[in-house]
Amino acid sequence: MKKTTIGGNKRKAANILAITGLVIIFIAYMFPFLMVLINSLKQKRDIIKSPFSWLYTIKGLSFDNFVKAFTQMDFLNAFKNSLIVTVSSTVLVTLLAAMLAYYIVRHNNKISKITFALMVASMIIPFQAIMIPLVSIYGGMLNVLNHRITLIFMHTGFSMAMSVFMFHGFIKGNVPIALEEAAYIDGCTHSQTFFKIVLPLLKPIISTMVILNSMAFWNDFLLPSLVLTDKKLLTLPLSTYSFYGTYSADYGTIMAGLLLCVIPILILYVALQKQIIGGVVAGAVK
Amino acid sequence: MESKNKGKDFGMFALPGMFCFFAVVIVPFVYGIYLTLTDWNGVSKVKHFIGLKNFAGVVKDTQFWTSLLLTFKYVILVVVLVNVLAFAIAYLLTRGIKGQNFFRAGFFTPNLIGGIVLGYIWQFVFSRVFVNIGEATGWSLFEISWLSDPNKAFAALVLVSVWQLSGYMILIYVAGFMGLSEDVMEAASIDGASGWIKLKNIIMPLMMSSVTICLFLTLSRAFMVYDVNLSLTAGAPYGTTEMAAMHVYEKAFTSRQFGVGQAEALILFIIVACISGIQGYMTKKQEVVA
Repeated sequence: MKKTTIGGNKRKAANILAITGLVIIFIAYMFPFLMVLINSLKQKRDIIKSPFSWLYTIKGLSFDNFVKAFTQMDFLNAFKNSLIVTVSSTVLVTLLAAMLAYYIVRHNNKISKITFALMVASMIIPFQAIMIPLVSIYGGMLNVLNHRITLIFMHTGFSMAMSVFMFHGFIKGNVPIALEEAAYIDGCTHSQTFFKIVLPLLKPIISTMVILNSMAFWNDFLLPSLVLTDKKLLTLPLSTYSFYGTYSADYGTIMAGLLLCVIPILILYVALQKQIIGGVVAGAVK
Repeated sequence: MESKNKGKDFGMFALPGMFCFFAVVIVPFVYGIYLTLTDWNGVSKVKHFIGLKNFAGVVKDTQFWTSLLLTFKYVILVVVLVNVLAFAIAYLLTRGIKGQNFFRAGFFTPNLIGGIVLGYIWQFVFSRVFVNIGEATGWSLFEISWLSDPNKAFAALVLVSVWQLSGYMILIYVAGFMGLSEDVMEAASIDGASGWIKLKNIIMPLMMSSVTICLFLTLSRAFMVYDVNLSLTAGAPYGTTEMAAMHVYEKAFTSRQFGVGQAEALILFIIVACISGIQGYMTKKQEVVA
């Protein structure tokens, strides 16, 4: 009896220690974001003098930085571009990958086997090993760079292997063929069966793939930087890059610009936190 | 009728996805191998077949080997630090403390934001905030911006990468810890296993599948680091923090030596493939099922 209370106390003490350690690490993790936040409203001279000072100690606090960053980054336009590219690519790859994976699972022929093997093998190829020939083919030969649709197509192609792999595993394990047979008997065509019976069953894996893919598309820099150079088409990471190049010494404006990029993601994250974390874990563990 | 239907199925279900995949991944990959055998400069319409000359160019490109060595150093540091840190934090998080979900979500935040933005945020922290701390306290460690000294800039890059990647690995390790069976842990305690012994002989073997995933993810990500490298240091000072992936980009798109750049990219690919293969094989072997 006595022993358990000692054990309990020890455990309590250890837990307090653990929480203290965690809180310290956590504050260190959040520190950069905090710095951006408190400096985004300050003027340059105040930032240089004391990046730590809290807002109320500073005179001349204003939203000027945000206004300047917003216009200089062409924020709305870049945001729109990012949104178009991310949404279209995500919808396209989700749909096409689900269909292809479904075909591969239900048709055990040579094409299926070869395609699937190639896809699994290709997942290890880093983007850098493909980017030079990619530019050579789509820029030099086909001359289709600088179109949003090209970027959407490439995003779709690059995330196809991983998505098919995930859908393949899910369909194999969770979609009973008996359901489809019943649908055929009831007179459904193949596409009706897929869209009305199979696709709704794929909901959990679809949400995982939408989260993983859209996060990757939204934040991607290297591929869009190779495809899009026209100022009107720049996505958010690209316009941040060119904005930073021009204003790097103007700290207040830069902080405001960086915060503008972070805020929409954080809002979405707060709203969909459970789904996002669940999706990432499911995606990694598979 | 049957065969006609089969063709239609293939065309509708399989072909669009396959087309995207082949056009964007397989064809460029194969074409890339051919490119290494030509003297293409990125502009001209004609390419000449020059055999293995590009690979001779790679051998002579000392900057590439320097950056490759630096990348190895970086990868080892990042992989070890990320996994030790994430494992420890995940262990603390799963002790049944309050606010577990809040912490977990907070640690993951950097992963939601693109490397470009993260690099710029840290650039500000290193060049202004830390310098300010140095000036105020007189600590020589912070008096001059880390980013202007080659060794410290490299350390900065490692620090930011560890910060960025560990949140992701925390998620995976937390999932792993939550999957540990209570019965097994209890049995170990009853048998008299203390904290360290339990960790070494019970928890670690059972966590090996999580370790396999995390090692694979950190390895492949660290090897291909580009965004953060570009926005945090851009290779500065004097190209001393230029990682291999960035060097390949510079070689091809700035120096316009596409053949040599592609040859270096292929070498990088082979190295990554071999190392991930060996890692997967070695850690898989240590996985056990409770």
